[in-house]
Amino acid sequence: MKKQLLAVAVAALACVAAQADTLAKVKSSGVITMGVRDSSGALSYTLGDGKYAGFHYEVCQRIIGNVEKAVGRKVDVKLQSVTSQNRIPLVQNGTVDIECGSTTNNAARQKDVSFVLTTFVEEVRIAAKVASGITSITQLANKNVATTTGTTSVQLLRKHERANGVDFKEVFGKDHADSFLLLESGRADAFVMDGQILAGNIATAKNPADYRIVGEVLSVEPIAIMIRKDDPAFKKLADDTVRDMVRSGDMAKVYDKWFVQPIPPKNTKVGLEASEATKTAWANLNDKPAEDYAKK
Amino acid sequence: MTWDWQVFLTDDGSGRTYLEWMLEAWRWTLAVAASSWVVAIAVGAVVGTVRTLPGRPVLVALGNAWVELFRNIPLLVQIFLWYFVVPKIFPAFQQVPGFVLVVFALGFFTSARIAEQVRAGIQSLPKGQSYAAMAMGFTTAQSYRYVILPMAFRIILPPLTSESMNLLKNSSVAFAVSIAELTMFAMQAQEETSRGIEIYIAVTGLYALSAFAVNRVFAQIEKRMRVPGFIVSGGTGGH
Repeated sequence: MKKQLLAVAVAALACVAAQADTLAKVKSSGVITMGVRDSSGALSYTLGDGKYAGFHYEVCQRIIGNVEKAVGRKVDVKLQSVTSQNRIPLVQNGTVDIECGSTTNNAARQKDVSFVLTTFVEEVRIAAKVASGITSITQLANKNVATTTGTTSVQLLRKHERANGVDFKEVFGKDHADSFLLLESGRADAFVMDGQILAGNIATAKNPADYRIVGEVLSVEPIAIMIRKDDPAFKKLADDTVRDMVRSGDMAKVYDKWFVQPIPPKNTKVGLEASEATKTAWANLNDKPAEDYAKK
Repeated sequence: MTWDWQVFLTDDGSGRTYLEWMLEAWRWTLAVAASSWVVAIAVGAVVGTVRTLPGRPVLVALGNAWVELFRNIPLLVQIFLWYFVVPKIFPAFQQVPGFVLVVFALGFFTSARIAEQVRAGIQSLPKGQSYAAMAMGFTTAQSYRYVILPMAFRIILPPLTSESMNLLKNSSVAFAVSIAELTMFAMQAQEETSRGIEIYIAVTGLYALSAFAVNRVFAQIEKRMRVPGFIVSGGTGGH
């Protein structure tokens, strides 16, 4: 908590100093800073020991590979762990050059930062115990529904309650592991969260067969790699890298590697095939914000 | 960096503004803090007193055990134990609302620290006071009630002030058991609005304001309860 506040405060002071031309900065300094997440499912997570891995981590490495070609020198990659509280200020003020986590591309954030073409589309789903017989959100009225503090799912549930006149008894976990524990211990009947996070938690649960992801897709959000605003050269380079990966079929292969095959450190499987929404995003590459997805 | 304080007047999706939500969260913070304070003072006073009783080694040992148990385990871990581990052993605990749970967890944690202060306050009194009470023919209960405790509580008012302010700030752990208090509001609202700095500034202001109010109340109590001629400081316990 304290650390995050401090980061926000420092960011506020340093905001003015942000440099817009990332490629020029990397060329002169020979260093690029990559923002990573400690536990954003298989998108970006830590292996311990200051090492990171994940789907977006790997996509970013490809982008940085192309940065090296563009600036014509070997580039040192510095890793900076970020949180959902400090990631935007850190990108804005130049501490982080490219953020490879699980950031939703939405209109409010587009005022502050820029996003590379959408590489992953997140679907908010419901996880429940198989034994509970819950199969749809309509069965959750007056039930205990767990979700994690500091995520958009909290707001989503609130809006759903208002729009449909139903009442959930929300219980909030302080992180995803905590929320899953609420479901596991019976304090909650369902856990509403991003599909890949649910899948990851179920995969590492004591008895994965006891849980399943059920019901309709509650919300669709484009997740993308985040870079500084108004930096067309860097954005074009990153976009082209993503485009090439999709065209060559590498994108699907890398996805498969992180979401379908066993992944380190425990060799568990997330077991989440690319959704129709993700495949559509690859077929029509774009950097539209979440609001455009909601309209459909 | 531009400020956007208008964010507090926007709708959060359920028909209330973020400002209304924040004030509601503030009320939860104050409710948690006030309720746990009552628990902490009541338990702390009893346990602290018991630890100084002459000739009751079992009670003293129990009091010491209470203090060591609750002050040696980190607060967040204690809350986690009450919330997840105890219900595993006693399923009936599952039905206890999170609010009650956090009030007792926070109350017990603080009671251990207050008990230590009460003990120190009592033991800082010169032996002559309890001997005088005995000479008057007071029973142990009477000497505590009329001689020792009135002095001891006056002595510990300053550390008790800090402890009460700490309690208010410690109430932020309540977000871990799903109480919609200020810290939870801050974490959630900054994610929804992307205006983290404004939100955290406002929340920090409310915490500081509340803690300072506690400080002022205690300053008043200290002033009103002062016994003329009784000086707390000074090694002789003089009067």
